[in-house]
Amino acid sequence: MPRITELTVDGTKRPVDADGERSLLSVLRDDLGLTGCKYGCGEGECGACTVLLDGRRVRSCITKVESAAGKPVRTVEGLATGDKLHPVQEAFLEAGAMQCGYCIPGMVMSAVGFLESKAECTRDEIVRGMNGNICRCGTYTRIVAAVEKAAQAMKGGAK
Amino acid sequence: MNALLDYEIEPERYEFFESLAALETTRRDFFRIVGGGVIVALLLGDEAAAQRPGRGGGPPEIGGWIHIGEDSAVTAYTGKVEIGQNIRTSLAQVVAEELRVPVKAVRMVMADTALVPPDAGTFGSQTTPQMASQLRRAAAAAREVLIDLAAEKAKVERTSLKVTDGKVSGPDGKLFAFGELTKGQKLMKLIGATAPTTKPDDWTVTGTSVPKVDGRAFVTGGHQYASDIRRPGMLFGKVLRPPAFKATLTNVDPKAAEALPGVKVVREGDFVGVVAPTAHEATAAAEVIRADWRGEKQISDKELFQHLKDRAGKGGGGFGGGGRGGGGAQGSIPDGLKAADKTVQATYTVAYIAHVPLEPRAAVAEWTDGKLTVWTGTQRPFGVRSDLANALGVAADKVHVIVPDMGSGYGGKHQSEAATEAARLAKAAGKPVKVVWTREEEFTWAYFRPAGVIEVNAGVSKDGLLTAWEFHNYNSGASSIRMPYAVANVRTEFHPSETPLRQGSYRALAATANTFARESVMDELAHAVGTEPLAFRLKNLKDARLRAVLEAAAKKFGWGQAPAAGRGYGIAAGTEKGSFVASCAEVAVEGEKVRVVRVVTAFECGAILNPDHLMNQIEGSVIQGLGGALFERIEFADGKILNPALSSYRVPRFRDAPALETVLVNRKDLPSAGAGETPIIAVAPAVGNALFQATGTRLRGLPLVPDGFKKA
Repeated sequence: MPRITELTVDGTKRPVDADGERSLLSVLRDDLGLTGCKYGCGEGECGACTVLLDGRRVRSCITKVESAAGKPVRTVEGLATGDKLHPVQEAFLEAGAMQCGYCIPGMVMSAVGFLESKAECTRDEIVRGMNGNICRCGTYTRIVAAVEKAAQAMKGGAK
Repeated sequence: MNALLDYEIEPERYEFFESLAALETTRRDFFRIVGGGVIVALLLGDEAAAQRPGRGGGPPEIGGWIHIGEDSAVTAYTGKVEIGQNIRTSLAQVVAEELRVPVKAVRMVMADTALVPPDAGTFGSQTTPQMASQLRRAAAAAREVLIDLAAEKAKVERTSLKVTDGKVSGPDGKLFAFGELTKGQKLMKLIGATAPTTKPDDWTVTGTSVPKVDGRAFVTGGHQYASDIRRPGMLFGKVLRPPAFKATLTNVDPKAAEALPGVKVVREGDFVGVVAPTAHEATAAAEVIRADWRGEKQISDKELFQHLKDRAGKGGGGFGGGGRGGGGAQGSIPDGLKAADKTVQATYTVAYIAHVPLEPRAAVAEWTDGKLTVWTGTQRPFGVRSDLANALGVAADKVHVIVPDMGSGYGGKHQSEAATEAARLAKAAGKPVKVVWTREEEFTWAYFRPAGVIEVNAGVSKDGLLTAWEFHNYNSGASSIRMPYAVANVRTEFHPSETPLRQGSYRALAATANTFARESVMDELAHAVGTEPLAFRLKNLKDARLRAVLEAAAKKFGWGQAPAAGRGYGIAAGTEKGSFVASCAEVAVEGEKVRVVRVVTAFECGAILNPDHLMNQIEGSVIQGLGGALFERIEFADGKILNPALSSYRVPRFRDAPALETVLVNRKDLPSAGAGETPIIAVAPAVGNALFQATGTRLRGLPLVPDGFKKA
């Protein structure tokens, strides 16, 4: 079994010692203490575990950690710059787009990945782009509003 | 200073304490927690005491309490749990209002059994009517204590002092920070139910949309849920599950698992679990345990409704349906039906559905010197503490349960399974253990909203007045079974039955099922006599609050227009737990494809504490209600759940969200009621009634269109 000895997370090389078959989610959470990404379903259906791998959104619960070796991983913990929140994080707060908040780190990462790939987007495109993430508390309309707001802010260069 | 002189207590309340010595013990217990300063605690009257889990641990007569530290810090202590309903914010608002401090200056200590007053649990929409009012009274009394202390210190009349912006100020402009007044004090004041508070018309903090107090921790991933807790040396646990319900273990061979490095197998009777250094290894170890089970034949979802009818009165019905008996009877149903020009006899059904809180059940357990600490997500921290004490054979005061703000519950996290499993494994392993249920475990071994059969027999006169209303609910529960419309001949009854699946509380309990059946039949009756459905409801309605929300929703929706082809409009209303809701829905049907285009909801829950968070609860209730209305259902056969995954059990997603419009009816003249549940109850009938208008087909089962629209 391949062992993974290093991951590049949020711009920093982090030593790990993990069986390559383990999920990226488990290694981020249990070995590196990055508990922002969440377990929700274990089958890539809910998006609570979303992180960016090489710039693309992945479901870390069904991503083997070996496939992340040598590629940049971005997590919600690395999104803010010091005290300054990312525009997506700001927009979620402004829109009051959360209840229990458990889906929110995954939603935020999903929105960041989506907006980085598509700066110009309509409301329908946001709905389609975010459809892989579940908010069981049902704050969808607020999240859509937040992503629209974040899209504006990111276009304005406030990234 | 003589400690006893520090107390102020209403004379009639004194009887709660057996002696002054007991009172002194209570006082010492509190100051052991907080050091020095001023404490104001609410002594519970009978009504509030009903929310208590009984005696056991902590001073049992105390409700919510407030501490003002020697450093001016304001802390409020409550046994309620933050589940996403945003009570950490609304309760802080109430305290801030009465103490005249900014909301961010109030720290809420919640759901930590070592620190907070015992509490039965966070359910039944009780936090706002009970806990907000307790903390408001305690905070208001604390403000008066500060004024007393300032008057003494400044040697002025207390009437010349006022509290603003976290300070007490006198006529000469002299200011006292709270800490200057509380320094060196160990003063405890006990207050009763009648302590005066700020009137809703004078609120400046409550009634405003204060943002979620710790929202930043959620968008940065910093908030630690129970499933995020890590302890030094912690191992991961996994429990062996039977292949079906009611299966019993006949033989187990753990050798293959025990041979794996770092794995320990724990067996206590029918409980078999493993611990390992990682979750991955724990799962792999559990998979190689060889176990034999003896099963028993069980019914499937195909036979469910007949079963519930046949077994009515034969089972306990499980918990969670809400209420017993159900509504009562008056007049004569045969007479009422005789007087009718049209009658409707109909059978409605609701399927079992799952809560699917996105954070599954999780717990971390740690034993230190015979004492147990458990971090877990539960709506009943003190209930879990008792369960742990019983299951592990330790005294309740040796068990400490901490509930970090949860990844939600919706009534689905009342039990203590994960906590007990983690505690057992941790005890055997001699190390802290984390147990997080998989989604499949959550779908299988938790509990469901009760399924049910509802039979209605109703009559109406040709001028649109109800003459008879007979309503029987089998298994699903009695909440909202009472008939809110005026009818002389009425009989409503709940019949507990024998449930083939584990069932329990779900947001609004059976109010969703009963409101679905009632408001659908009301629609059937309106059509039977050719009366417009809103007018029909208003004609038979005496309850002014229900009328107000119906009219408000209809106005916002633009009720009374004819829908375009393939579209339909539906309306429904209901009341539960002291609040009132009406929903209007617009649906679009294209072949088998059904889309809910728009939902307008009007809601009234007395005086509103936080309008934006209330809107959020209403919007969320509508979305969650649409899942149960349209497509959510548990499929099962022979003791197995057939769709125990999010890929096979569909919950609402972004694409399912209609345009949402919400009307808040603010009644500052009425006490605030809870709002996390009732907004869900009118969604399903509004959609069902809209589907009838769009298609001419009356759908009488929830979910309405699990496989798309099928013509009857």
